Formats: sequence, structure tokens, C-alpha cells
Amino acid sequence: MEISIGAVVKGGTSLAYKTGSWRDQRPVLDVEKCKECGTCESVCPDSSVHVVDEIYVIDYDYCKGCGLCAYECPADAILMVREEK
Amino acid sequence: MTKNKKTHEEELFVSGHRACHGCGMALSVRHILKATGPDVIVVTPTGCLETFTSPYGYSPWQVPWIHHLFENGPSIATGVAAALRAQKRESTRVVGIGGDGSTFDIGFGALSGMLERGDDVLYICVDNGAYMNTGGQRSGATPLYAATTTQPAGKASFGKMEKKKNIPVIVAAHGVPYVATASVAYVKDLQKKVKKAMEFRGPRYIHVDTPCPSVWGFPSDQTLEVGRLGVQSGLIPLFEMEEGKVTHVRKIKKKGLIAD
Amino acid sequence: MSVVKVLEGSEAVALAVKACRPHVISAYPISPQTHIVEGLARFVADGELDAEYVRVDSEFSAASVISGASAAGSRAYTASSSQGLLLMSEVLYASCGMRLPFVMTGVNRTVSAPISIQVDHQDTMSLRDCGMIQLFVESSQEAYDTHIAAFKIAEDPRIILPVMVCMDGWVLTHSYERVTLSEQEDVDRFLPSFRPVDFLDVKNPKTWGSIGEEDMVMELRYSVQQALQYAKGRIKEIFKEWAEISGRDYGGLIESYRTGDATMILVAMGSMAGTIKEAVDALRAEGEKVGLVKIRSYRPFPYEEIWEAVKGAEILAVVDANLSLGSEGAVGMDLKAKLYGHPDAPRVVDVIAGLGGRDVNESRIREIVGRVKEAMNSGYSLREPYWAGLNEAIVPTGGVK
Repeated sequence: MEISIGAVVKGGTSLAYKTGSWRDQRPVLDVEKCKECGTCESVCPDSSVHVVDEIYVIDYDYCKGCGLCAYECPADAILMVREEK
Repeated sequence: MTKNKKTHEEELFVSGHRACHGCGMALSVRHILKATGPDVIVVTPTGCLETFTSPYGYSPWQVPWIHHLFENGPSIATGVAAALRAQKRESTRVVGIGGDGSTFDIGFGALSGMLERGDDVLYICVDNGAYMNTGGQRSGATPLYAATTTQPAGKASFGKMEKKKNIPVIVAAHGVPYVATASVAYVKDLQKKVKKAMEFRGPRYIHVDTPCPSVWGFPSDQTLEVGRLGVQSGLIPLFEMEEGKVTHVRKIKKKGLIAD
Repeated sequence: MSVVKVLEGSEAVALAVKACRPHVISAYPISPQTHIVEGLARFVADGELDAEYVRVDSEFSAASVISGASAAGSRAYTASSSQGLLLMSEVLYASCGMRLPFVMTGVNRTVSAPISIQVDHQDTMSLRDCGMIQLFVESSQEAYDTHIAAFKIAEDPRIILPVMVCMDGWVLTHSYERVTLSEQEDVDRFLPSFRPVDFLDVKNPKTWGSIGEEDMVMELRYSVQQALQYAKGRIKEIFKEWAEISGRDYGGLIESYRTGDATMILVAMGSMAGTIKEAVDALRAEGEKVGLVKIRSYRPFPYEEIWEAVKGAEILAVVDANLSLGSEGAVGMDLKAKLYGHPDAPRVVDVIAGLGGRDVNESRIREIVGRVKEAMNSGYSLREPYWAGLNEAIVPTGGVK
């Protein structure tokens, strides 16, 4: 490990820590039901919803499984499913 | 809608931070930075936000960020703003984002000093109603009758018997250009208020209600629901003041909500 | 052409700071430093100093404002004393750990309780552990020159630590002295603008103030210790550089005064060093082989230099205008710790003097020399410090009478 003088850190380095390991349930998005409103992306505290080729995608590397996306989705397109470990 | 949005590339507050599941504070910070844009320096006093965003080597902040101490968020912000003026770095703005423990209690004097001096800082209090970082001790922001670990409800006591300190009104009494209250349950409104605040120079203050699922004990997917209940019940009034005059108040649609 | 003026010590400091072109100054009043910040306020008000002058709500904020400014890449300054310095302690510790290189004046004044505005070194002593460089001055001239050097020391890319210039309250700040002021261009040549190693920059966003895990705190502290070790040599070099420009040379980390063949050497800091030099001259004229080591850099503690100066003596009398209650004076403790183990080290007597403004004049010094001579002749070291000038008759023992 390298420590800088005064312990200054480069920004954005938290991406090296995959908080996805915290989950005990995961959001599963039903693309058919998705209205593409952007609510899930907006309410995720962990910036873990991306848009790839116009499709909403959960970033399971970081998703902590809080369930806010599922709760807030106006189309009921997201289901929280127990993680199998 | 957008074809591609790789959040990591566009976010100023990226994934990998250590906030609890469903943290209202983390969500509000995402939206605050969406509204300010990248030309800001953020100052955060000690608290939840500082702790979950700065284990050494793992920072989600894609803006320059400094945590110094618990009681001096506003004064550090003042110092940064003074340096920017001295160096003629005019476009870069200073945003303080601190919790209720720091803002209401230990950093209150520093906040008042900053407001009184007219320093060009937008100070945002992310308020979860107690010293949550250390497990939920009572702060000046804890609502009336709430139970906390240092003021629990017990056989001989009822919990907090003191009213919540009315910080937004106290801030407004300093005569600052812009004061607003917001809630993480209404992120578009929060963004709008931050953008509005950025149009002014001088001290500006936004108070954001950010419920904490971990300590208040509601499920992590209910953070925004709890926030909405707070606003709709009248507990968390949402308003804006410019130059001392109330310019906007969010009307409450449902009245007489009874909590389960 | 340098100019000679008769100035109040505070004014000399204000002029030195002005010449160093700080970007940000924070000000909170406390006797006896207030004249310094008032002097700077007048320069700003008259347009002579282009600095952001922030009138803060407390000393906590005063130290915080300059910390924030320093982190954002600006040269910054403040001054305080006594209670104000104690209030700043948390901030100063944090800023040392975060490597923020600002300069401040610690105008020495005792600490409550009882409340007193008189001089002693208890206030700056309470901050000796935090990592700040502490430089003590004997005169207003030395204060002027030391402040100019202080910015260069603080900002050195291998030091990057805040520096406190300690100067005796009232005795120096409020007395008038002939001070030679250097030309602005000489100061500019010696001290170019601040080039921070790292600073809060939107073009390169970084995070300051992270949590240090248990596998890194010791290493971070060690890095500060290393910077302070390096600073010993660099402080000497910087003062030498300034001496070449200004013509005023104070020696380096210490000044040795007539220590060559001394059997008894007094060790002291601050303005009392000046009085002790005069007493040494008077005693020498009477045949006493006494000398003085004046410590200029207290932190980092220059024990190698002190050893070279004192090794030939029989006994040292450390005159501490401070003490760690329950033990003894801080300089005495530092010195004894570092001399211990040298087979021929002189014995050390710690002397507590000058607390709460009690005058350390020639007669007090003669009294000290006399007492220490007794110790020297009896062959033992005093286990407890010697309290010079203590009026035992009035030491309180019970409640209100």
C-alpha cells in the first residue's frame, strides 16, 4: 500500500471497492415492463443503475440491494430477489 | 431517453462508498452534485458523510473534497472561498455539506460566523436527526418526542422533550441571500433549489431531510416513503426564502396523516 | 536600501507578514497579539496589502480558515495567544497531519486559570506535540526576520508543515525597538509565491482528510517526524540564506553565547535570553564561568547542536517559563531525555521561572546561578525543579480565609 504525504487520495477511487458483496437481495428488472422513466437511476444512493443501449441495467458490482429502485418504480418492473450464496 | 449513461463516467459521486443500504444522505449528495456540476470544492465536517466516503484510498468524490474537523466545516469553507478569491479562481464555488450534529450543535458557532461575514459558501445540512455515525445520539435536530440512545424513552422518561432547533429560520435571521428546505424524497425539487442557490453569491443555506434507515429502523427501501410522510404530515415544511422573504412553500396535499 | 524604524514589536511582525504577501489572513483578537492583526488590518484598509482578511468568530475558526485557505493553495497567516492557542489545538493537530503549511504567531501568554494576560510559555508548550515547527525569538528584530524565514520553511516541499513563531507577549509585542526592515524586492527574491505540492483543484479532484486505518497511522506520523528531522538542516540553511540577503545572522537552531569554557550554562528561549546574555556578561566580569544556550528552534528539538555547545560544561540550568504540572519544565525534560546516556553529559537542573509574567531580570538570574552553583558543588542534581522567585509564604493551602 502506498500512502501519500498527508494521506491525500485521488477522487473516484471508491470504485475499487465492490459494495455488491453487501447484498442479501438483488433487484431484477423486467425490461418488458420498464417504462424507461429513469426513476430507478435517480433514486439509487449508490449510482448503480446505468443505461446501456437504451436499456436500464443494474450494476451488481456495487448494488447493495437496498430495494429503493424496486419500491419507487412506478411500473412495478423491479422485483427484489433473495441472493443465493 | 439517453442511449448510454455509464454512471461512473458522469457521476461526481461514484459507487463504492460505504453508506448503509438505502442511505438518504448518499442519495441527496448525488443530486446535489448533479445540480452544482464539477466546478466546486466540497467541504464536509466529521459525520456519516465523511466516514462513509473517506476510508483511506476509497473516495467516491469526483470533485476536490476536504474533511478537516467536526466543528469547523463552515470555517474551512470560508478559508477555501477566501483562497479562491485571492487566486482569482472565480468560477469555482464552495459547497459545504455537513450533518445535523455538526450544523446544529458543535459547528453552530462556526456556521453563524460564516453567515454573518457574508462568505460565498453554499452550506447544505444533510439532516438525519441525530448523531447517526456513532449510533444515534440526540442532537439539536432530533425531533420532539423521538427516542435516541442518549435520550431514550424509558420507564421514567419519554425521549426528547425539547423542540427541534429551527435552524433554517435562525440562518435566515442572519440576512443571507437564500435559504431553503428540501427533502431527499423530492430529488427534482432538491436539484432545483441547489441550482437556484448557485445563482447567488454570498452565504446560502439548504436544509435537506435525509432519513436514516439504519438507526430509525425502517426498511432500507422506505427512505423516500419516510421522507414523503415527513413532508406531507407537515413535520418537514419545504420552503424557499430569498433576501429574507419567503418566496415559495410546498403545499401539503394530504392532511391528518396517521402514522402506523 | 533597508530602513531602520523604531517600532512596536507587533508592528514589526505585521510588516514582516505584509512583506511575505499572504493571500489569506484570519483575525480574532486576544491580548497580547491583537496589535499584530490590527496592524495588518490597517495595511489592508489602506490598500497596501492585497489579502483576503477574514474577521472570524473564534480562534477555532481563525485556525480553520487558514487551514482551508492553505489546502486550497494559498499562503495564509494568523496570530493568537494563550486561551486562543489552546482553542486552536485541535485544528493545529489536524492541519499538521494533513500537511497544510501556514504560518502563525504564538504570542506567548500564560493560560487560565487563574486568568492572566501576562507572559510565560505555557501556551505554546501545550502545542509542542502536534507537529508544528516552533521557533522562539529574543527581540522584535529577530521576530521580523524569523517570520519571513517561517513562510519559506513551512512551504519547503520536503517540510510542508505549519510554523509557529513564538514571541513573548507585552515584553516584545508592546515594547519599542529599533528594527531594520528589508526591501520588498529582497523578500520577494527570498520568498517566491507559494507553489503547493498538492491543493484543492477541480482539474485534478482529490480527497483530503481520509480515515487512517491501523496499518497506516504510525507511518503517517513517522513521515511527519521525518519532515521535522529534515527541517533541522533546512531551517539552518534558510536562515543562512536570509542572513546573506539581510545581513542579520542569528546562528541556526540555537545560539551559543560565551559557552566555550563555561562550567555552568543556562538554557533558555525567548526574550529572557537577552536578559540572560547581559547577566552572563556581568557574571563573567566577576569571574564566573557561565554561558547561555539560546534555543531558537524548539520543535524540531536541536539536541545535537545543544550537545555540541554544552558537552564541556559541568552543569546546565534550564530556565523554563512553563511546566508540565506533575513533572517539570518542558525544555528541561526534552534536554534531560536527549543528554541521558552520554557518559560525560553535564548534570541538568530544571528551573521554573517567569510564570505569569514574573520578571526574569538580572537579580533573578543571579539567584538561579547561585542555587545551581550549590547543586553543582554538592554534586547532586535537583530531582524536583527549582522554582526561582517563589514566594512560599503565600502559596495557598486551604479555603477562603
